[in-house]
Amino acid sequence: MIKEYLDLLMVDYTLQIITLGTAVLGAVCGMLGSFAVLRKQSLLGDAISHASLPGIAIVFLVLGVKNNNGLLLGALLSGLIAAIFIKGIISKTHLKSDTALGIVLSTFFGFGMLLLTYIQKLPNANQSGLEKYLFGQAATLLASDVWLMSTIATIALLVVLLFWKEFKMVLFDADYTKTLGFNVKFIDTLITSFIVIAIVMGLQTVGVVLMSAMLLAPAAAARQWTNSLAKMVLLAGLFGAVSGVLGTAVSASANNLSTGPVIVLIATLFVVFSFVFSPIRGLLFKQIKLWKNRNDLKLMKTLSFMYDIVKTHENISHPHKIQMLNNFQGYTRKSLKRLQAEDLILLNKSNWSLTEKGFLVAKNLYSQEL
Amino acid sequence: MTSAQLEIQIILSLVAIACALPGVFLVLRKMALISDAISHSILPGIVIGFFMTQDLASPMLILMATLTGVLTVVLVEYIQKTGLVKEDTAIGLVFPSLFSVGVILIARNAGDVHLDVDAVLLGEVAFAPFDRWVYNGTDMGPKSLWMIGTILSVTICLLVLFYKELKVATFDAGLAASLGFTPIGIHYGLMTISSVTTVGAFDAIGAVLVVAFMIVPAACVYLLTTNLKKLLLGASLVGVFASVTGYWLAHAIDASIAGTIATVLGLIFFLVYLFAPGKGYFSQWYKIKQQKTEVAMLVFMLHIANHEEEKERNINHLQEHINWSQQRAKKVVKLAMQNNMIEIENEIISLTAKGLEFTTKAVSYISDNKNSELEGIKQKFFLFRG
Repeated sequence: MIKEYLDLLMVDYTLQIITLGTAVLGAVCGMLGSFAVLRKQSLLGDAISHASLPGIAIVFLVLGVKNNNGLLLGALLSGLIAAIFIKGIISKTHLKSDTALGIVLSTFFGFGMLLLTYIQKLPNANQSGLEKYLFGQAATLLASDVWLMSTIATIALLVVLLFWKEFKMVLFDADYTKTLGFNVKFIDTLITSFIVIAIVMGLQTVGVVLMSAMLLAPAAAARQWTNSLAKMVLLAGLFGAVSGVLGTAVSASANNLSTGPVIVLIATLFVVFSFVFSPIRGLLFKQIKLWKNRNDLKLMKTLSFMYDIVKTHENISHPHKIQMLNNFQGYTRKSLKRLQAEDLILLNKSNWSLTEKGFLVAKNLYSQEL
Repeated sequence: MTSAQLEIQIILSLVAIACALPGVFLVLRKMALISDAISHSILPGIVIGFFMTQDLASPMLILMATLTGVLTVVLVEYIQKTGLVKEDTAIGLVFPSLFSVGVILIARNAGDVHLDVDAVLLGEVAFAPFDRWVYNGTDMGPKSLWMIGTILSVTICLLVLFYKELKVATFDAGLAASLGFTPIGIHYGLMTISSVTTVGAFDAIGAVLVVAFMIVPAACVYLLTTNLKKLLLGASLVGVFASVTGYWLAHAIDASIAGTIATVLGLIFFLVYLFAPGKGYFSQWYKIKQQKTEVAMLVFMLHIANHEEEKERNINHLQEHINWSQQRAKKVVKLAMQNNMIEIENEIISLTAKGLEFTTKAVSYISDNKNSELEGIKQKFFLFRG
């Protein structure tokens, strides 16, 4: 099946374009999404993508044609206005960011719906195609779209490289950046603008509703593998691109699978995998560490029980019967073996005795100095 | 007005109230976006329920959708608890993936299903009066009226029963826990109600606009009052008002009813945001401007108090010394004069006794870092504000 797909990819020009388009989109979204995630603006993408709808509708209403770039420009403008509104609500009132996002998201989207239904009922309107912005249609990507995407991606990359130091500082310590004399407001606006641009770029491919996941998922996955911003941005770009390519492949090789949702699901799989298997932060690793700590604790409990018995005798290495431990349930044959392996006790048939080292360790078990 | 139109307006108003009540608590608990997440992720629940029963009106749909709604909340909270990502990221990860599952399920079985994503997301209340509930041959009214009516009654009953608990748990979860209420129980109760309401409302106004109905009325009223009872009542009123206005507006321009209502809600919020007394944009802008002038006046008076020699206190020297524009300097001097803080003799400015007292007090409070006290002093000394 994979071979079939690859053969198809070799000959099918449209498929090549779409694959390239989703790859570029995934990469850009992943990279810029890293900033959104770290700035705790994860849901800004969701709000802005919904809020771009009225812009698209207004441009269509004014121009009366489905000029793709024009529509995207409309989306961009309305997305930026939405971002300004969100900022205004948060800074000027006591409403919190979640409420601000919810208000802008739902009312802008509602206004967009109003305009779309209005357009639909116009007598001469050829409105089919506007709905693709709601749920996205990767199949409508043209070579020129991919060119546009690549150009924007390159510009975004250059800007990120150019302002790398500033972006990084604003991300992690905005107040400090301000005291150093950087124009935080400008940098802030720059980051937000690029996030808006990335969202608008993706509207045609994955649609309004799922766009936020394209932004978040690769970044959230990448975050689990590294603590370095540079590595995270690169990794998120990679995850995004791979999700795009795989998603296109899966949806192309099966009937009736829209590309957008498949890409989102694959990106989500990346997230789940990273959550579970990441070596530093992963849930699996954490669980293993928890078990290990618990076992160590049990071992020490056994040792301290032994110590309580031993300290009543003059000779610390006097052997005792293992049965003596019976009324204390914290030991197993395996744990005794481990204690012996660590040189803390000596086992001799059915007897055990503390070693010098074991006695010392047990004695100082509760002292913080060791 | 035909009976169908009346029925639509009643349905819309009930939906508005049913959404506004849980919405107030969502806004207060800073969980407004959970409603967005729930409204998207009920899609797979509705689809699965539909596949099980092949009937769009079956209660199975509501049950499954409510379950996926609660599942969303549980998943978001689980991810949050792992500490791997922030809360908002958790929301942003969960609902698109559940929504994608729904879209794919529909697409895979598209041929024989009369269910499309548009219908779930956007809704169409205009058809609601035609889907009637006929019991024993008698017409009992539209089905969605009964459904949303039931949901609203349950919501109101629960609200009345658990009002005190909700209030305490919302404003002070720690206190609620120590008093023996379970904040977690109340939390999940609220989440379940929100899910049920979203499900009940989706076929009337669509899933996305449920968010508008939940959050916007609450946010509007929250800018006007901080009294919980007034909030609940006010949010319901705003919701009903927007529904009825939006309905007739949509009727006039022949556009989506839900979209128009959301737009009206947006406009109401915008007006409140601009003009709300005390908390609105203009009010804040005015307050900041006022405080700027007053601080400037204080600085000016400190300057006068600190300089004994007459040359420093000459009105013509001030401009170059404090480095203010002429207009600003005039404004500040005028304010100080109005409040009897300074007097001008032969172009020499000196503090009056009152001015001196005010300056000393203000300085001692500023160095104590008690900003709220400063406002009190201003109240006591000022005849005119900046």
